[in-house]
Amino acid sequence: MSTLVEARPGTSTGHRAPRTRRGSRRWVGVLFVLPAALYLICFQLVPVLYGLVLSFTRYSPLSRSGPQPVGVANYTRLLSSPEFGQALLVTGRYVLIVLPFTVVIALGLAMLARRPFRGVGLFRSALYVPHIVSLTTVSMVWLWIYSQHGLVNQILAVLGLSEQSWLLEESSALNAASVMRIWKALGANMVLLLAGLQSIPTVLYEAAVDGAGRWAVFRHVTLPGLRPMLTYVVAMDIVFLAQGFAEIFVLTKGGPLGSTTTVNYLIYTEAFQYNRFGSASAMAFVLFAFIVAFSFLAIRGVSGRRS
Amino acid sequence: MNRTALAIASFLVIMPFLWMVSLAFTPEEDAFGTGSLIPAQPTTDNFVTAFADADLGRALLNSTVVTVVAVLANCLAAVAAGYAFAMLPFRGSTPLFYALVSTAAIPVSVTLIPLFLMAKSMPLAGGNDLAGTGGTGLLDTLGGVVLPYLVLPMNIFLARQYFSTADPHLAEAARMDGAGEWLVFRRVYFPLARPLVTVIAIFSFTAVWDDFLWPLVITSSQETQTVQLALARFLSTGNVQYGPLMAGAVLVTLPVIAVFLFNQRSFISGLTDGSVKG
Repeated sequence: MSTLVEARPGTSTGHRAPRTRRGSRRWVGVLFVLPAALYLICFQLVPVLYGLVLSFTRYSPLSRSGPQPVGVANYTRLLSSPEFGQALLVTGRYVLIVLPFTVVIALGLAMLARRPFRGVGLFRSALYVPHIVSLTTVSMVWLWIYSQHGLVNQILAVLGLSEQSWLLEESSALNAASVMRIWKALGANMVLLLAGLQSIPTVLYEAAVDGAGRWAVFRHVTLPGLRPMLTYVVAMDIVFLAQGFAEIFVLTKGGPLGSTTTVNYLIYTEAFQYNRFGSASAMAFVLFAFIVAFSFLAIRGVSGRRS
Repeated sequence: MNRTALAIASFLVIMPFLWMVSLAFTPEEDAFGTGSLIPAQPTTDNFVTAFADADLGRALLNSTVVTVVAVLANCLAAVAAGYAFAMLPFRGSTPLFYALVSTAAIPVSVTLIPLFLMAKSMPLAGGNDLAGTGGTGLLDTLGGVVLPYLVLPMNIFLARQYFSTADPHLAEAARMDGAGEWLVFRRVYFPLARPLVTVIAIFSFTAVWDDFLWPLVITSSQETQTVQLALARFLSTGNVQYGPLMAGAVLVTLPVIAVFLFNQRSFISGLTDGSVKG
């Protein structure tokens, strides 16, 4: 115990507490952390291991027998499953459609809202509102917007164009969901990018003023300064977007013809409609692997090796 | 120029919510195709229908109970843990901190099925014996609903960030007087950490109030449904009744918007404090 206390650097405050008291402070720290740590180990880390074990079994919660070990059969079946392949593609397309639009538009808005002027706070708040309202609720509003007599078709009618069933056509359903999600993700991305912009030292801009065009300033001062935050925003967006579920549940139920069935939606049906817990767990770990891989790729890509 | 562009953007972004409110007050027979944002004959019938058809009152009560429990648990356990990671480090506390916080990145679908099975076989709950068999455990109970939200790992991160900039000498006097570490935390640091506690309370509140997938999986009866599930009930009836649905959506969203309006700074800092420092 005493070696532990002496080994700890950085507490030379000039104040000398009795050695036993200091030693006990270390133990008190453990007690403070204990409830949260035990909880997260029990209900986050253990479930991950449990899920990994389940992914190598066949298990229906309705059957009397427990999980039956099947080796890697769930994973090999996923390799040749057209359904799962399509869900991966849908999820990938969803992320790739939403991500660039939401980040670029959010960056534009952040640039606009950057300099203080009267009412800027009001606009920032307004733009943030979609972020704080639940995905389920906003999806219901957009369900109406896309419905037969909804806002989009009303606008088309005014323009003299024919109405469409946006969520019922294979060609438009995923794009419609994507537009909703672009709108939903704007506020949080804007706030984060705004914080990133405001952390760029103004000295850098003053130095660049002479003879540099606005585009040059943006490219050589703003973008490099924004890189850490941009990396964070892109990585977070990938993690969240790749787990799309509630909006799909509300807008399309995965249809038409599986064209909006994301991996998370497929996992839900596999587990809680078809009671195939083993194979659903395997899907979850494949999704996990993809999310980790793509986040790393994005972080490397955005943070950039050149500079 | 900036202001005009931002004003237009803000209006477009807010527009779906204006329609949400408008439809909530529009009589069911006008819900299609009047094309006007202001209802010609505003009515509150939709709210009555929402309470009657989806048992929204029960859902609001359930969500409130679950949210209050989760917010209290986070404000105690997560704040205490973050405090200790910053102020009372022990051997191995840094790796433990990173291990705990990194669980925030685990996809929901990975832990969904295991958590469901663990809730089902929770010992001594819902008719289960000590080994967790024989009954339904926490399935379809509010205890089951609240299970995954009691400590949100992000909150531990926010708390450590906050206390790592706090003055470690504040408590010297109290310690000299023989106050124990719990008393120091409770009487000196916790009262000073009000901004942090606000951020954590808000973050936990929205996480629980807004979640959909876990309540969908863990509950099966109307008695335990949360607000988001109550809204989804309108979808399963074939022909969607947009009036009552939007009335329900307005009521469910109102608490979140109210908290946001009064604590905008905390909302924003909850988001940015958890991000990289530029």
